[in-house]
Amino acid sequence: MSLLGFCQWLEGQQWSVQLHESLWAYPIIESVHVLTLCLFMGLAVMLDLRLLGVAMVKTPVSEVERRLLPWTIAGFAVMVVSGVLLFYAIPVKTYLNIFFRIKSILLILAGINVFIFHTTIDRKKQEWDLSPVPPLQARVTAAVSLTLWSIIIVAGRMIAYNWFDKQA
Amino acid sequence: MSVYSMFSWCENSAIGESIRASLWLFPVIESFHLLALAVMGGAVLMVCLRMFGYGIQNAPVEQLWRDTWPYLMGSLVVLLVSGGLLFTSEATKLYDHGAFWFKMASLALAILFTFTVQRKVVLSGNAGPGSSKLVALITVLLWAGVGIGGRWIGFS
Repeated sequence: MSLLGFCQWLEGQQWSVQLHESLWAYPIIESVHVLTLCLFMGLAVMLDLRLLGVAMVKTPVSEVERRLLPWTIAGFAVMVVSGVLLFYAIPVKTYLNIFFRIKSILLILAGINVFIFHTTIDRKKQEWDLSPVPPLQARVTAAVSLTLWSIIIVAGRMIAYNWFDKQA
Repeated sequence: MSVYSMFSWCENSAIGESIRASLWLFPVIESFHLLALAVMGGAVLMVCLRMFGYGIQNAPVEQLWRDTWPYLMGSLVVLLVSGGLLFTSEATKLYDHGAFWFKMASLALAILFTFTVQRKVVLSGNAGPGSSKLVALITVLLWAGVGIGGRWIGFS
């Protein structure tokens, strides 16, 4: 089954139709998705700013990670669940939307960026935990993260527009 | 001059006209509004989480306040400017929208509370855990009201 076929199958499901046509559920899920940005992206930005060496430079990186990561992970979980539900409500149109595709690819890249960070330079954190300005690789991770997530937010907002939609 | 005629004047200004006439200006400005929302959320939560006892522990809350201050102010300015621009493009529609007035009331209260009560409590450095938590809760609820009202403007 092609991806488009899968989306068409999803769209035929009763729950998908009900969610799409719901008076309250859809707007509430969308609001949760947007406002959780503050928790997920907001705190991720703060962590990135520490890794860049421009904010909270007197606080050890390990302390910032230890206190913020549980919140960003929880926020990300809410983002994924609400995002999947939003997709489930309108699968075919979303799948054909160019901004959704850009967002999906950048999400994968952002995941790879985090994975590389946590499996390499972050492992050696005790060597630079107290440095006001962390090593270059950590700063690059933070800069890439800030760039990717910013474009992801913009692309996410643009999914509402069908300027460049492909035709099914 | 009535409030409605002021709104109508904004909407018919050159800025309101150009944003309405453009296909992409509104979404681009809104994207900046969202990016600033995320940054502001982070700055507010950094201090409020600490006041709840969950955030960064080994720095005094005054230091966190000072560390996040430039991001709070910077994002607030971007939010107000981008929000003002979005407003001019559909001012008369907003005049009749309950969510807009709810948002503006929450915004006024949130700004007032943040820069008077919260600031004072944080910088005094000797607030008890109970009053710290209460102040953090009120701050988060007021800003959440702004966000929810804002999102609700889009549903009409």
